[in-house]
This record gives sequence, structure tokens and C-alpha cells, in this order.
Amino acid sequence: MNKKYLPLAATIAVFVALFVTGGAMYNNFLSTLVLGNILADNAFIIIAAIGATFVILSGGIDLSIGSMIGLVGVCMAVLDRMGWHPLAAAALMICFGILYGALQGFIIDFCDIQPFIVTLAGLFLLRGLCFMVTLESVPIRHDFVDLYASAKIPLPGRGVLRSSAIVMLASLALAIFIAHFTRFGNSVYAIGGDKESARLMGVNIRRTTVGIYAIGGFYSALAGVVYALYTSSGYPLAGSTLELSAIAAVVLGGTLLTGGVGMVAGTLFGGMILGLISTLIIFHGSLNSAWILISSGVLLFAFIVLHRFLVSSFDLRGTS
Amino acid sequence: MASTDSTAEHSAPGRVKAIAQSRAIWPLLALALILIVAGFISPNFYEIRIVEGRLFGNLIDILYRAVPTALVALGMAVVIGTRGIDLSVGSIIAIVGAVIVWRIKMGDPHVTILFTALAAGILCGMWNGFLVAALGIQPIIATLILMVSGRGIGMLINLLYGGTDPSFESAFLQGLSTGSIWLIPTRLVLAAGIFLALWLLIRRTALGLFVESVGGNAAASNLAGVNARVIVFVAYVLCGLLSAWAGIIMTADTHTSDPVSVALYIELDAILAVVIGGGSLAGGRIYLGMTVIGALVIQALTTATLISGLPPEYNLIIKALVVLSVLFLQSANARNAIRGLVSRKPS
Repeated sequence: MNKKYLPLAATIAVFVALFVTGGAMYNNFLSTLVLGNILADNAFIIIAAIGATFVILSGGIDLSIGSMIGLVGVCMAVLDRMGWHPLAAAALMICFGILYGALQGFIIDFCDIQPFIVTLAGLFLLRGLCFMVTLESVPIRHDFVDLYASAKIPLPGRGVLRSSAIVMLASLALAIFIAHFTRFGNSVYAIGGDKESARLMGVNIRRTTVGIYAIGGFYSALAGVVYALYTSSGYPLAGSTLELSAIAAVVLGGTLLTGGVGMVAGTLFGGMILGLISTLIIFHGSLNSAWILISSGVLLFAFIVLHRFLVSSFDLRGTS
Repeated sequence: MASTDSTAEHSAPGRVKAIAQSRAIWPLLALALILIVAGFISPNFYEIRIVEGRLFGNLIDILYRAVPTALVALGMAVVIGTRGIDLSVGSIIAIVGAVIVWRIKMGDPHVTILFTALAAGILCGMWNGFLVAALGIQPIIATLILMVSGRGIGMLINLLYGGTDPSFESAFLQGLSTGSIWLIPTRLVLAAGIFLALWLLIRRTALGLFVESVGGNAAASNLAGVNARVIVFVAYVLCGLLSAWAGIIMTADTHTSDPVSVALYIELDAILAVVIGGGSLAGGRIYLGMTVIGALVIQALTTATLISGLPPEYNLIIKALVVLSVLFLQSANARNAIRGLVSRKPS
């Protein structure tokens, strides 16, 4: 097996182990019903995390994800009240997400400011815009929302694949195509591996950086659309601190925060592991929500140490 | 135009240029600008009164409210100086708050609790320092662990005494936070003392030099005989300690422990304060004084937005725009572009 698949294999192994543990502890846990629900409930986190994967692969970070999800939600709700079709509102907001992401990428490269700070300003700016749009929760009442909620593909067993999960899987397929089968994808890995070498190899750093953050913006906005349709409302505080869950999902998925190493597919399983932890704790019933935070932290720790071990033993960053 | 450049160095325009190029000027200008604009909006903005033996007024209020962020930012400045970052400061504050209330419910003397709370912060700092210095984990991920789980730990500590009523009364702890010595709020006096102690530690011992050398080039400073791991470890412990002090002030101020929402986003404000003060996330530099100015810029902005009568929602947007403009002016590339636009006029 190629050693670059080792972190991905470790992630999948943890996911399967957690799922089987759940099955051993509770009847009906090991079913496509639970699996389908985890996919649908965490679709928006995984979509946002897919975008964050590109940013992190390039050695950057995007903190504006949660605020973008909140802003997309309130805008869709307010546009719905003004009589827009949710799909038209979604298209508008996704365009906004792409443009805003591209602007962040441009500022990062042109002004040579750390991505952390630029996207932090994005976090404040977009959240502030949420509050300007509306201060209260606004429902989305269009018929399309009911259609979206009821559409599903039956899985073997009692499970179903809901619309959110379908959108998520489709956007994952698109991301895998971009990351592994395009020149742009190669450039992302090259910049994350070593920016200076990438420049010398002829990678257009500015165009690629703008593209990376535009993709990040696209996926956060799409996550916002899925979240708004899933909850059929817009709430100005929605998505607070969600950027952390997204980054955690990326790290659990086997991508190194130093950039250059990782796979988009891993992020799916990273997000599913986070979802599985909350599901397990909800199944247990008596456990406090504090345990969701603590067990996510412990798992992050375990993964980070595992990655360090893998990286130092197999030289993932070196000659791979 | 170009021929005058070489001779202009000692002339007045040359000095102006030198000042404009020093990074320190932009945050100070930003702070002055905010205070001036606030003065125009509210004519009695600069008024300082004495009420119940304490100074009151907007300027005092800005200093008073900036204390927790400034303390955390000072610790962050040292950590950033080592080329690190500490995302867990908000969670440390949550843990410290929970520890204070837990020990009060257990009936400890309140002076002991002060030291228990500081010890909790040091312990958190040691954990971060261990992950970064001993295990060699990238700081942003290493501290992400405590950031994610720390608020959960705070919630669990609150469960130790049942967690039904996390509010408390403590004249001693509240005196440290909201009391006053003569006319000056106690927390300002203590913060000034802490700043002085930290300044002496960083600038009058070799520690500051070591931190900056490790942040500049860890491998080179290791070869020069600086034990980089110990220095990095100490930096995180210092940050934990300063965050704990901020936690004591915030917890005593609200008389309660609220691990879920206390000091939310304080790590972002603290990092922002360091960056506004001219510190680079690439490490190698510590500007303690400018970091405090950075924290004051953030707080002055918040206070000015509030008194201007704008809805508080605008605060975040104004903050984002000010931060971006300060950073924009600090960026050489952007300054050159502006200069290019200005000097393109026919000469």
C-alpha cells in the first residue's frame, strides 16, 4: 500500500472501530438508518470541511467558515420573505461566497498578511453582516423546503440518503476531481509542500491562492445553503465556532495543518467521526454534552500524535 | 524627485518618512483617530469624574475593560514571539472560572483559591508547552486540543459540586477585579504591576532575547546553545498564567462561572492585539507595549461604537475594517501600490 494512504487508512479504521463499538453497545446502532442520519446531520460540517481541506492543504487556514454559514442562512431566509425562490437565493449566495473567498485570497497574497488574520477579519465582518441583516430567527417557508426535506433515496436496510447527504456526496466527488485530477489541484499540493519551490516550478502563486480561497468560500456558502434548507430557517448566530469543527474534521481526516499532505476523501471520514461521537453520546442518554467536547479533544490528541508518528516513521513530507 | 531622496534623510520630510515607515506609528495613529472621532461624536467623551471614591469616565472605562484582553494578549505576544500561537486561552479562562467556583463551594480560603486558580492556568500552559516543546506538535493544532476540550472540562468541574448554582460572593476576589485603590481601579494597578514584571522579565533578563532568537530561527539558536524546548515551554506557561489572571478578573466581575460562553473569541482579540501592535505571526519579535496599545485599539473601537449610538451589531464590522486597514498600511506591497497611484500624476 502506498504510504500516503496510511493516515486515510487510520481515519477509516477509527471510524469503523467507533461504529462497531456503538453496535456492540446498543441494539439498532449498526444500521444504515444511523449511518444515513449521521450523513445527513453532519452534511453541512463535512461540506464546509471539504473547502477547508483545500485551504489547509495549501498551508493556510480559513476562520470565516462559521460566519459565512450564518450569513448565507439569514440572507436566504430574508430573500425567501421577499419572495425569492430558495434556489435563486442559493445561487446568489454561492456567488457571493466565491467572490468573498477570492477577495480573501487576493488580500492574503497581495498584502502578504497571514491567512489566520485575514480570515479572522472575515469572521468578524461576515458575522457583523449577519446581525445587520436580521437580529432574529427567520423561517424559510417556501414549498421547495418541504420538497428538499422529503426527497430521499432508500438505502439497503431501513436507512435513507437524504437530500443534504446527496448534496454532500456530490460536492465531495467534485472536490476529489479538483484535488487529484486537475493542474490546479497539483498546484495546491505544491504550494502547501513548499511555496518557494512551487513558485520556482512555475506555479502562479497569486492565481492559485485566490482560487484556493474562492473554493473555500464556495464550499462554506454551499454548507450555509444546506444548513438553511436543513433547518428551514436563518439565524444570525448560526454556525458560531463551526470553523473549529471543520478544521477538526480535516485534521481527523488525515490532513496535516502544515500543508501539502492529506486527501479530500479523508475529510468525509473525519467529519463522520465527529458526528459518530455525538451520536454515541446521544444514544448513551445520561452523558453530559461536556463529554462531546472532551472526547473530540482526546480523539484530536490521539490523531495528532499518530500523525506525528506516521510522519516521522514514513517520511510523509519528505520524498513522497 | 528621485535625486532629492538621498539628501532628504536628515531633513524634516525625511524624518516624517522615517516615522511613517516605523511600524509603531500606525497603531498609535489608529488609537488617536478613534479617540478623536469618539470625541466628536460625544462631546463629554473625555470627561473623568470621581464617583464613590473611584475614577469614572469613558477613557477609564476603555482601560478598565481592556485589561483581560491585554493580559491575554501579553501572554500571546510571548508565545507568538516563539513562532507559536495559543488558541486555548479562552478555554483556560473557562477552566479557571470553574475552578474558582468549585473551590469556593468547597469552602477553601479565598486567598488559597487565588493561587489554586493561577496553578490551574499554569497547568494548562504546561500541557500546551508539553505538546509543542516535547512532542513537537505544531502550535496551532496542539493548542486546538485544549481549545476544543477545555470548555467541556470547565463544565465537568462545575458538575463536581452539582453545578446547580455557579454564582458566588467573595469580597476578596471581587476586590481584585472591581474594587479600587485610592481612585484607581484595582485591576488597572495590578495589570500595570504585571506588565512591569513581564517587561523586566523579557527585557531585563536574557529570556526575551532567547524567545526572539528561538522564534527567529529555532535550529540556529539551538546551535548557539539556547535550549529552544525549555524556552518554548516557558512561553506557554507564561501565557497560561496571564490567561489565568484574566480569568480571575472576569470570573470575579460576573460572580459566576459560565464555561460555555465566557471569553468567547478572546483568543482572536488577543492575537489581533499582537498583530495590530506590529508583531508578526512568523515569530522572532515581542512588542509588549505595542501589544497593550493593540488591546486598547480594540476596546476603544468597541466603546466608541457603543457611545456613537450605532447598533452594537456594527461593532464587528467596524472592527474588521479597522483591522484590515491597519494591516493594509503595514504591508509593504500595499503601501507601494498606494504610492504608485499617488505619484503617477505628471511631474
